[in-house]
Amino acid sequence: MAISNIWVVVEPGASGLTTTSLELLTNARTYGATVSAITWENGASFAAQAGEYGASTLFDVGSLGGALPGVPVASAIVALVASQGAPDAILIPTSYDGRDIAGRLSARLDRPVLTNVTGLSDDGGLVTEHPAFGGTQIVKAKFTGEAPGIIVIRAKSFAAESGGGSAANVVSAPAGDTGATGAAKITTTHVEERTGPQLEEATVVVSGGRGLGEAANYVLISDTAKLLNGAAGASRAIVDAGWVPYSAQVGQTGKTVKPTVYIACGISGATQHMVGMKGSKNIVAINKDPEAPIFQMADFGIVGDVLKVLPELIAALKARG
Amino acid sequence: MNIVVCVKQIPDPAAPQSFDGSHNLNRSGKLILDEADTYGVEMALQLVDKAGSGEVTVVSMGSAADLAGVRNALAMGAAKAIMVSDDALRGTDALGTAKVLAEAIKRVNPDLVLCATESSDGYTGTTPVQVAELLGLPSITFAKSVTVDGATVKVDRQTEAGYDEVTSPLPCVVTVTAGVVEPRYASFKGIMAAKSKPVEILSIGDLGLGAVTGPAGARQQIISVVAAESRAAGEKHVDEGNAAQEIITFLESIKVL
Repeated sequence: MAISNIWVVVEPGASGLTTTSLELLTNARTYGATVSAITWENGASFAAQAGEYGASTLFDVGSLGGALPGVPVASAIVALVASQGAPDAILIPTSYDGRDIAGRLSARLDRPVLTNVTGLSDDGGLVTEHPAFGGTQIVKAKFTGEAPGIIVIRAKSFAAESGGGSAANVVSAPAGDTGATGAAKITTTHVEERTGPQLEEATVVVSGGRGLGEAANYVLISDTAKLLNGAAGASRAIVDAGWVPYSAQVGQTGKTVKPTVYIACGISGATQHMVGMKGSKNIVAINKDPEAPIFQMADFGIVGDVLKVLPELIAALKARG
Repeated sequence: MNIVVCVKQIPDPAAPQSFDGSHNLNRSGKLILDEADTYGVEMALQLVDKAGSGEVTVVSMGSAADLAGVRNALAMGAAKAIMVSDDALRGTDALGTAKVLAEAIKRVNPDLVLCATESSDGYTGTTPVQVAELLGLPSITFAKSVTVDGATVKVDRQTEAGYDEVTSPLPCVVTVTAGVVEPRYASFKGIMAAKSKPVEILSIGDLGLGAVTGPAGARQQIISVVAAESRAAGEKHVDEGNAAQEIITFLESIKVL
């Protein structure tokens, strides 16, 4: 059965669709199917970009009136399935809102959802790839029931590449009345001040783990990152301990990074951390324990104390100017 | 204020993990309470305490042969537990799990349902929202702070850029991130008390559910499990006082410096 229709949920950012959305559009157009996209709020103003990356139609849910996107966007998609017929698959970015949309949609349409997908292929139907056990194994799966299959895909699973298409045709797709389920409203939005590059975009990522000993020592990570024009990340252990905000977390639950170099400091390399950084071009690890699993994937490993090595590295980088 | 916390008993993540012959996670070893769930249990206990009345019920699905994880939540202070356990549940997917949990939660009729953002073994991360949809309730995911004011829940929700303040009328489903509160350790008194707290064990028949569960209900199939392309370990040096210089030399070699 050939794949003839794919819908992609594309999330609006401040100045364009999010990078993961563009990655999904790029992949969707490789199957020779008609690609349509679904967006909301200011997303419709990026119709040219949606078209450039492969969407012929951009369904616009419009303003959400302060509601979290999960319920209204899923409602709009349910209405579209009723009016347009079900696509073969609906691709959704792994993000805070993307997972909400997928969960709502799955229950509303009574269709299963495949999440944490890092690869897709066409084998007479879409086959999904999922990393398991810290990415040491790949599980391949497919849907066996009625369309649409709902597929939630992790960031950086594909490269985003322009296909040179013309602007997508914007079609209004309102959510309709969402009743009690849509009652959660955003009252205030807080943007955390950040200096330097974003974690997912940085070419250098310096991450800290439990080996730092205490929260105050995380400054060694942020200082090293700054001197290398990079971003500072963290393992789940020190995020759970409350040393650094969740937004810095790299791994299964957190962000996926693929920098030119990833410097893991005092991180043992728990499987759930590896999933978020194993795609890095180069990995440097500093850890006291010579048996730490992180050394099994490090291109360059230092068996040593981060509390001694990092201050020396900072001093040496400062000396270079 | 009655709160349901959804919890999961999982194989110890520190132990080696494997798939069984049907590509299901091998769960034959000792099961523990998913650490990610302890934050929801703690948050629920604090909210009930603050409200001055009500109780915390933990709801779970899985094997009833080993209830150590659920007992752990009861030892922390939850009043009672519902465990849905049935051989037919093996191989159930996230949506099927949500159908089971939603039916069990209906029996408690809570003001608030708390869940972790995702389990530490399956990490699908959609079950809480599927539960909310099946119950016809609003949901707020990725809470880094939760307060209840009368019939309204106020949540600071993690976003890519920072956080949003979100409010919702109760009842509502909220997922909490790790670190939202500091989970208490069960006291000796709590552990003793947990032994006599009620744990209701239900089958899917008790819940009136049939074909939604198991591999057939999942409507998805694992085709294969293959070894991922592995990275080879590179150089490893013991720090002899020149580690910083060695790192700089390596960074120069890959043209980062």
